[in-house]
Amino acid sequence: MKTRVVSALTAGVLVLATTACGDEGTQAADDGAVLTLWTRAATESVSKAYADAYNATHSNKVEVTAYPNEEYPAKLASAAGAKSLPDLFAADVVFAPQYASQGLWADVTDRLATLPVKDKVAPSHLKAGTWEDRNYALPHTIDLSVLLYNKDLYTKAGLDPEKPPSTLREFADHARKIDRLGGDVNGTYFGGNCGGCVEFTLWPSVWAADGDVIDADGEQAKVDSPEMADVFALYRALYEEGVAAPASKDEAGPTWLGALQSGNVGIAPAPSVWLDALEQKGLKLGVAPISGLTGGESTFVGGDALGIGATTEKTEQAWDFLAWTTSDEAQVEVVAKNKGVPTRTDLAANKYSSADPRTVLINGLVAKGRTPYARNFNVSFNDPQSPWLQTVRGALFGDAGKALADGNTAITKSLQQG
Amino acid sequence: MSTTTTSPPSARTGPPRRETAPPPARNGRRLRRLRALVGAAYAAPTAVMVALFFLVPLGLVVWMSFNRWPLLGKPSFNAPANYSGIAEDELLRSAAWFTVKYTVIITVLLFVVAFGLALLVQHRRPGVGFFRTAFFLPMAVGFASASLLFLGLLSDEIGPVTDLLAKIGLVDGYVSWTSGSPDSALASAVLLVLWRFAGFTMLILLTGLHAIPPDVYEAARVDGANRWQTFHRITLPLMRPTIALVLTLMTTGSLLAFDQFWILTRGGPDNSTTSLVMVIYREAFIRLDLGSAAGISVVLLAVLVVFNAIQFRVLRRRSS
Repeated sequence: MKTRVVSALTAGVLVLATTACGDEGTQAADDGAVLTLWTRAATESVSKAYADAYNATHSNKVEVTAYPNEEYPAKLASAAGAKSLPDLFAADVVFAPQYASQGLWADVTDRLATLPVKDKVAPSHLKAGTWEDRNYALPHTIDLSVLLYNKDLYTKAGLDPEKPPSTLREFADHARKIDRLGGDVNGTYFGGNCGGCVEFTLWPSVWAADGDVIDADGEQAKVDSPEMADVFALYRALYEEGVAAPASKDEAGPTWLGALQSGNVGIAPAPSVWLDALEQKGLKLGVAPISGLTGGESTFVGGDALGIGATTEKTEQAWDFLAWTTSDEAQVEVVAKNKGVPTRTDLAANKYSSADPRTVLINGLVAKGRTPYARNFNVSFNDPQSPWLQTVRGALFGDAGKALADGNTAITKSLQQG
Repeated sequence: MSTTTTSPPSARTGPPRRETAPPPARNGRRLRRLRALVGAAYAAPTAVMVALFFLVPLGLVVWMSFNRWPLLGKPSFNAPANYSGIAEDELLRSAAWFTVKYTVIITVLLFVVAFGLALLVQHRRPGVGFFRTAFFLPMAVGFASASLLFLGLLSDEIGPVTDLLAKIGLVDGYVSWTSGSPDSALASAVLLVLWRFAGFTMLILLTGLHAIPPDVYEAARVDGANRWQTFHRITLPLMRPTIALVLTLMTTGSLLAFDQFWILTRGGPDNSTTSLVMVIYREAFIRLDLGSAAGISVVLLAVLVVFNAIQFRVLRRRSS
């Protein structure tokens, strides 16, 4: 009897203690802490919008610092080396496996398991923030590659502005027709000296044709596939015919948006987030999915992933913000309201998106698109000295066959490098 | 006059000491020890700074190069993997070749241009101050800012250079200076470095020119030496220490080139303007392989030390 009483009392104390701890945990999560959040310039406006909305309703305060896109990885690496990472930091989603594998983000697997909306968060982004079955990052912003076309130029060229191309061949035909308008007008434009731009805009055409560029583990390149060769051949022809603007060969990224803003480009694959920026310049634009050579459609689900800095002591508070960004409030009233793509698949159709059918189309593409996964993605594909950029240059402007064969070997070697 | 100002203090204080009676040996030793201590005390702050900001980081880099060094977590010893990987790195080989090529080009061009400018503004004449300032002024612009400035000026989209050249009829249609071809990309960077550093190098050479006593030139003139003979027989030999300094600064700076290529050409087109330091940066901040980056840094440092030692030896031998 005595033992039972002692057991009961002990259990009671334990329950109380656990409850107390739980209460303490909840309180600690929003205890007025100041959280630092780092992001790259491209994501700054969205991160700040999240932070402003969160700060307005919480005791915690999130302070956003943005760094120039190109310098951001180096800034993060330096901070990690000095063991002084910020409380939260975002990263280009394709770099997420590398950061996760290096342990730069705190492990949030158990916390994520308790999140009610965990099954509705963009799956390709979640996968990108996973390393050895542990979760390290959640989607922060989503940016998709789509075809943007100038409706005025379509009309001038005798094309129907309400009928965008449904195959890549049709896209090329439309570009050729618009290019015939002459003057400063060009049929299309692409970033031929920018590894990131090419993967973002050309890979969806490979995926739409059921091809692939790397394997699921990110260890083996498949850039010498017939699907990839076909896509390169089409863009190469457009450049050689002068349909693609001559500057496409040297476009390394910085002047890409500016070239489209000129209003002299007929149709081009580009980031969906530019729609607003381009329309502010007075352009009337249509949106279409990127297609394969003979049909199908896909998109590169880009954007940024957000995780908790591994060296922070404010994990509870940082998670409070991170979990909040997945809420309906954040996704609808912050992201969708600002014409962004919600990171939750169940919120693709929302009260703001229905106002513009183009937004519905863009949001709906998330489920059809992919985010490539590789630990050595940056060094193999995005870096200016990457073997991918050399392959691209060869495939578009040099000896295509040799470039793709040699490139496949070089990229695979780079992907597997320890 | 010049001998009195350049004599070492011991030489100047020597004769009076000899005139007085020699102090006991113990006192002399104490004095010498005191002097040594005072000397050490004077040198201590610099020694501490050098140790703290040069020797310790240098030791750390060497130690890093023998380890697999993750950003977070414990390093593990893996020597000589970081060094053996260097030989197999194709990008590194092409970067090394390019860096040497760039160093030779820029050293020759920068020296010729800077020496020319220094000779032009050597003598005090009306308006010479304006030119000296104008030549030196680019140095006031940060190197990264200067690189961005050139990127904008040379851009076909936003810069005026192509438009101006098209108006004169020198170019036709679209031209990409910074990434159109390996040669034009290198030429853009060389032009930038000449613009940015010619004035500074000129200033160092100018101090060397002014240090040559005018009576030597007068003597040459009296002896009937012409301009070329004066330059060849007087200016150049007496400028050797300054030239040694300038050449060392230029070769070291060129072998460590980064900003101009990172900003202006991004190492392209097709890796044709990728410098050695860009490869080190790529290893450290893109591949996040600090050990490998440290390995390449140590090799580059060794090359620099050997290079500078040879340079100093050759120039010293000549001046002696």
